[in-house]
Amino acid sequence: MIEALTSLFLLIGVFFSVVGTLGLLRMPDVYNRIHALSKASSLGVVSILIASSIHFLTHSSAFSMKELAILVFLYLSNPVGAHAILRASYLVGVPLSERTVGDALKHEKSTHHE
Amino acid sequence: MIVWVSNVSILLLFTAILAATYRLVVGPTVADRAVALDAIMVHILALIVVFAIRESTPDYLDAAMVIAILSFLSTVAIGKFMKKGVIIDRSAD
Repeated sequence: MIEALTSLFLLIGVFFSVVGTLGLLRMPDVYNRIHALSKASSLGVVSILIASSIHFLTHSSAFSMKELAILVFLYLSNPVGAHAILRASYLVGVPLSERTVGDALKHEKSTHHE
Repeated sequence: MIVWVSNVSILLLFTAILAATYRLVVGPTVADRAVALDAIMVHILALIVVFAIRESTPDYLDAAMVIAILSFLSTVAIGKFMKKGVIIDRSAD
């Protein structure tokens, strides 16, 4: 039963990681790519860590907080890292895809002094 | 059963790492390569955790923690480098 639960979380996590990487391959520009990748792979890794937590809760003698620490840190740090990369690439001027509908920050960018 | 599922997971995560490596080599801009490196780091973390489950030893999780911290720091450092050309600047912003 516990083993089935662990396997289920593991497969869910791997599924979301692979789907996120598919977005990294298929999306047209860097903004769409990180938008697809960052959320999907966060969910995937968190699910894998939940699977690990369940497994070691039942198989190991001592309860370890390592998975929970990694989980909290990843959940805080992954969006921050994605935002840092995206902000830097927008300010540097990485071109948007030609299918982009609108750019709400266009005027702010032209008056940005940095 | 858990060993079989872990083997399948490791195989799929390797496929994901190969796909991210393709984006790392091909990717037209620096930002694409940074995103691909971030993806590779996160997938290696997942790979280590799956391997720890497969071998049933929680010792590998220390390496996973170190890789999580390194992944975040390197992503932020690449972002700052792309924006300003320096990583550590002491000027008041």
